[in-house]
Amino acid sequence: MKNIKFINLKNIFLLGLILNLLVSCEREISDEAQFAEMPKTAEIFTDDFVGMGTNFFFPFISDGAKADVFAVDKEVGHESIASIRIDVPDATDSDGNFAGAIFKIDGAGRNLTQYDALTFWAKSTQSATIGSIGFGEDKFLTLKSGVRFTTKWTKFIIPIPDPSKLINEKGMFLFSAGGIGTPGNEVGYSFWIDDLKFEKLGTIAQPRPKILNGENQVLKSFKGSSSTLGGLTQTFNLASGMNQTVSAAPSYFTFKSSNIEVARVSELGVVSVVGEGTAEITASIKGVKAIGSLTIEASGSFGTAPMPTELAADVISLFSDKYTNVPVDFFNGFYGGSTTQTADLKLGNDNFKYYSTLNYVGIEFGNPVVNATEMGFLHLDIWTNDDTSNNFIIKIRDRGANGTLNTDVNTGNPTEDDKEIAYTLSANNITKGQWVSIDIPLTGNIANQKNNLAQIVFVGDINFILDNLYFHK
Amino acid sequence: MNKINKYKEITKDILYKSFLLISFFAATSCSTDTTQKVTNFSKLVMQDEFNTDGVPDATIWGYDLGTGNSLTGGGWGNNELQYYTNRAENVKVENGYLLITAKKESYNGSSYTSARLTTKGLFEQAYGRFEARIKLPYGQGIWPAFWLVGANIDEVGWPQCGEIDIMEYRGQEPTKVLGTVHGPGYSGENAISKSYSLLNNRFDTGFHIFGIEWGPNYINYYVDNVLYNQITPADVTGDWVFDHPFYIIINLAVGGNFLGNPNSETVFPQTMLVDYVRVYTK
Repeated sequence: MKNIKFINLKNIFLLGLILNLLVSCEREISDEAQFAEMPKTAEIFTDDFVGMGTNFFFPFISDGAKADVFAVDKEVGHESIASIRIDVPDATDSDGNFAGAIFKIDGAGRNLTQYDALTFWAKSTQSATIGSIGFGEDKFLTLKSGVRFTTKWTKFIIPIPDPSKLINEKGMFLFSAGGIGTPGNEVGYSFWIDDLKFEKLGTIAQPRPKILNGENQVLKSFKGSSSTLGGLTQTFNLASGMNQTVSAAPSYFTFKSSNIEVARVSELGVVSVVGEGTAEITASIKGVKAIGSLTIEASGSFGTAPMPTELAADVISLFSDKYTNVPVDFFNGFYGGSTTQTADLKLGNDNFKYYSTLNYVGIEFGNPVVNATEMGFLHLDIWTNDDTSNNFIIKIRDRGANGTLNTDVNTGNPTEDDKEIAYTLSANNITKGQWVSIDIPLTGNIANQKNNLAQIVFVGDINFILDNLYFHK
Repeated sequence: MNKINKYKEITKDILYKSFLLISFFAATSCSTDTTQKVTNFSKLVMQDEFNTDGVPDATIWGYDLGTGNSLTGGGWGNNELQYYTNRAENVKVENGYLLITAKKESYNGSSYTSARLTTKGLFEQAYGRFEARIKLPYGQGIWPAFWLVGANIDEVGWPQCGEIDIMEYRGQEPTKVLGTVHGPGYSGENAISKSYSLLNNRFDTGFHIFGIEWGPNYINYYVDNVLYNQITPADVTGDWVFDHPFYIIINLAVGGNFLGNPNSETVFPQTMLVDYVRVYTK
């Protein structure tokens, strides 16, 4: 009896010991896993995918991309037995009118800090221009646009803007490509990608980062507004002697404001104006100063425009946060002789257009035109801080049935089947420092022809903010 | 007794093995001096370490100015685009380096300026080891060079005087340099030349050593610790003229027949940095 008890106790102790060891071993392993570095695998696809996991292909369906475009082709390869094949669809394909996707690791991200470029070999069924190609999830997205594929296998190099940032990256490869031919009727084709990997070429040199595409811009802005820096690129010289420029996500850059009491800039390149005065925004990648800068000249706050009161059903809106906007081709056509600059301003969730150095500027909306037959007025709200003795003129143009705007280039007047009215806001009625609301009756020359409205032109000399541009009953 | 003998024997054994080990290390450590493989001339007879800021040492360096001379004609005989000056913006010594800078600017009818240094009439030598440590510029149409010209050029003309290009480089091929000789019957497009390329590296991202060792019947070309070219009388398709004093030229040209002109992608200004120039005899 004693023996049996003793053995049981021993077993219990033994079990307890084993259990304890097992549990404690697991804790130790997970502690170590937290400190481990990400794998440094270079290859993405050689004769098959390397270290990508199972579910790694994500087409950009929400942007209209066709889902079923990707296959591993076992009959085509660059000095190998297999390659990635992408079948770019026709523009008229009901499943999606372009091919665009990301190959994202289903698993742990990679440490790519020791490499200097993504490289691959590619060829296509016919010469084609790929819209964009690159790597990185949103945070470190790197894209080369307008890459030309031919029917011959060619090696491509996409340099990494700053490899030291890529300590944990899952976005291995991205592309976006549409068909070839006349817009709206593009025809599909196929291309192949092989030997897709990261490399340390050792010959990627002479970094020349840029913001605002290398321009020094001056923006007259307002306390409370914010805008996002664009034109962010990195350029390297390759062993071939060619310069290769890629668009680089804001997270590669370090941004700086010369005066944080006037403007601040976030890690994502969002410039927020917080006070009146002047500030210069600059940037760098890995200690190399970017070419280009933004000088903010900030004046006082402009506040929000009056809230529109019309019912949505009674409105055709071109630019407003209250209503759903119809398509607008552009808010500045940069017509010959025009000095006008246009910027987007944002106050919280409120969007505005800012027009500066105005002489004249055109807004066009021809795809489709606005049929204002049921409408009675064009409404807009403007705000300016300028003194002026000149009138502010708003022109509304109907382009007629012939489908195009017809204008006398010398006078600016409509010709052929176009009709236009001009509304003058006299200088006396341009109240400085507060919102001015304007409702223009759709009468006169367009009273009986306003079903092909396609253009609005502003003429004047004030810098102004625009909001709530819409037609209403 | 046995124990003591054993101890002595063990010690001897250890001593012997240690001796062998030390000899082995001594023998293998001799081969770490890699410069001995490519160069043999070690008697330093001229050097410029560029350690004095300002204008280059006038006892060693003179200047070729403008767009050519009576011998070369315009474009220095190659349709080069630069106007050579001796202004500080094109040539100066700073922080231990000689800086030769090519600039894109309108100057006396040319669209670019740069500099060309020469030791003609100041330092001339036949045979020897001529070496410089240089960080090269880059870009389409950028043409730096470190070369020697026969000092009898005014008497016999070119290519009879001979020309030894220790290092030439096309900025649009940043991984490759060339070593060349020009002489009678083998000049210009017919020069005797060989290139050397870096693997996984390029010449504009760091300093590299360029040199020749030149004897009566050979010219050895080296880059860093690699001997990449040897030219002998058997290799030239004409008279071997490398038997009299030559002078040194260091310059940065822009455009011309050798490599084509810069384009909109070429970044200006471009600077060539020279850490030192050293000349040795046997």
